[in-house]
Amino acid sequence: MSSDKKVDDVDCGRRRLLVATSAVGGVAGIAAAVPFVASMLPSERAKSAGAPVEADVSKLQPGQMMTVEWRGKPVWIIHRSPEMLESLKKTDAEVSDPKSERPNQPDYAKNEMRSIKPEYMVVVGICTHLGCSPSEKFKTGAESGIDPAWQGGFLCPCHGSTFDLAGRVYKSKPAPDNLVVPPYKFVGDTKIVIGEDTETKGA
Amino acid sequence: MASTNPNRPVQTGLLGWVDDRFPSAFDFYRNHLAEYYAPKNFNFWYFFGSLALLVLANQIITGIFLTMHFKPDASLNASGVPVAFASVEYIMRDVPWGWLIRYMHSTGASAFFIVVYLHMFRGMMYGSYRKPRELVWIFGMLIFLLLMAEGFFGYLLPWGQMSFWGAQVIINLFSAIPWIGPDLSLWVRGDYVIGDATLNRFFAFHVIAVPLALVGLVVAHILALHDVGSNNPDGIEIKKHKDANGIPLDGVAFHPYFTIKDIMGSVVFLMVFSIIIFFLPEGGGYFLEYNNFIPADPFKTPPHIAPVWYFTPYYSILRANTVAFFGVDAKLWGVIMMGAAVLIFTLLPWLDRSPVKSIRYKGPIFKTALAIFVVAFLILGYLGILPPTPGRTAVSQICTVLYFAFFLLMPVYTKIDKCKPEPDRVTK
Repeated sequence: MSSDKKVDDVDCGRRRLLVATSAVGGVAGIAAAVPFVASMLPSERAKSAGAPVEADVSKLQPGQMMTVEWRGKPVWIIHRSPEMLESLKKTDAEVSDPKSERPNQPDYAKNEMRSIKPEYMVVVGICTHLGCSPSEKFKTGAESGIDPAWQGGFLCPCHGSTFDLAGRVYKSKPAPDNLVVPPYKFVGDTKIVIGEDTETKGA
Repeated sequence: MASTNPNRPVQTGLLGWVDDRFPSAFDFYRNHLAEYYAPKNFNFWYFFGSLALLVLANQIITGIFLTMHFKPDASLNASGVPVAFASVEYIMRDVPWGWLIRYMHSTGASAFFIVVYLHMFRGMMYGSYRKPRELVWIFGMLIFLLLMAEGFFGYLLPWGQMSFWGAQVIINLFSAIPWIGPDLSLWVRGDYVIGDATLNRFFAFHVIAVPLALVGLVVAHILALHDVGSNNPDGIEIKKHKDANGIPLDGVAFHPYFTIKDIMGSVVFLMVFSIIIFFLPEGGGYFLEYNNFIPADPFKTPPHIAPVWYFTPYYSILRANTVAFFGVDAKLWGVIMMGAAVLIFTLLPWLDRSPVKSIRYKGPIFKTALAIFVVAFLILGYLGILPPTPGRTAVSQICTVLYFAFFLLMPVYTKIDKCKPEPDRVTK
């Protein structure tokens, strides 16, 4: 067995060459993994599927909500009635980010109502906890089955996070952030384009 | 390489012809079956290792036949149903015996976890993880981890509501990891939402990548076990007492003695397994959840989502974290705790400081601790299938603490525990 031989017998020049060759071979091996890892990223087709979508809200009555698909996600448009807007003042103290300080919305929606026009709320219907889609709980009070003081909003069925009618998350819930407001803009009075705004010219 | 062992049996005729050219085959047979000496005092709990192998074979064989009909395609067919979902229904209704093969596979997944959990519990009772079997235990834990991955990947394939939303929740767990999280979950999904790309890659992981690694680890698990020898309910080393030929006095040849015993175990297992497949294939909504008979709808989360039963203890631990400690938010804590709860088993060989291995000779503190652990595990599993309420969350928080206390306090309580002396030879 060669392990019995003395260290002096090692040919240092060859050993160095062996180490250098192995190191270069190792680098090549790691580099060869790059295309495989990269192949799992979203494809060009998936990236281009993020085109903006248009929604017509002229038939949406106050107190109603509609869902449109944008980038495979549900986007809710809620036509908030005056009572609904009033409720947001009451929930101010109970939500964790009442002034939308955290960047979960474009700047033009960084206000108490989290919207461009107060009566139209546009928000991605995906819980910021683990991605479930919350269900609408517009009935207020004890009738909602949530809390006698419930002001209307959304309840995530997965882990029980609750959101008010501006998508603001209530305190001490699993969801860390308010629901995300996507980039959007109004075209005329009753058409909303989601995925594009006046600042970004397409998202 | 011709064997130099003078005791090596000489084969003649056709077998001799093969043995001259492929002696490894006979060496393998002798080293792992005919001349592998296992402790003679194996009891009921020692069925589950061989049963896990049986279920693995069942999963591989039924899986091969399912791939002949399944289509990993999330696009909608002419009737507006996702192709993947429709292909599973096609297997269930139109493929001859397809329903049986599918139920053998889906029920087999639950059977796998039942058998593996019992196999792990056996190891915890009799100290099978202790020196010199640490690597056997670590290989086993890697198998457990891969098995969870395999179950998770496989559950997306039928593309039902529970498949979709379960995967949505678990993939989003990665996004809780600071800095790289969101990009990591994007990379895992291969799209901005769970879609066709995700389904296709999960199919690839489920049918080739993970099973290949799983089989390799099972081989490593068994080879490592046969190198050090099996533990037994007394937790003592049978190799301490050998006869003149070097055979342990308390060992018997695996074949034919334990092959016969394991065949008996397999027969009983298959009887129970068949009853479930034929009369209770959905396991009352626990093996196949009812919501999974609805095609995946990316816009509508079912009112109550819960993972399959074998993940629920860990899911409960995930949900139990509702407080931000040390400036780390609750979501990330949940993910960390869930990961830690699975991985912490790996440390058992070093946490257990008891002078004896088996529960038979361990003291009352260990027995109580193990009992509390099992109860906490079962309660967590039960709560994981229910929607959360403040009361249930509190209970799962207590159980999470007990779960971790079992492991983290082990170095202390196993040391102060009053153990009985181990016997020199195995008992009945």
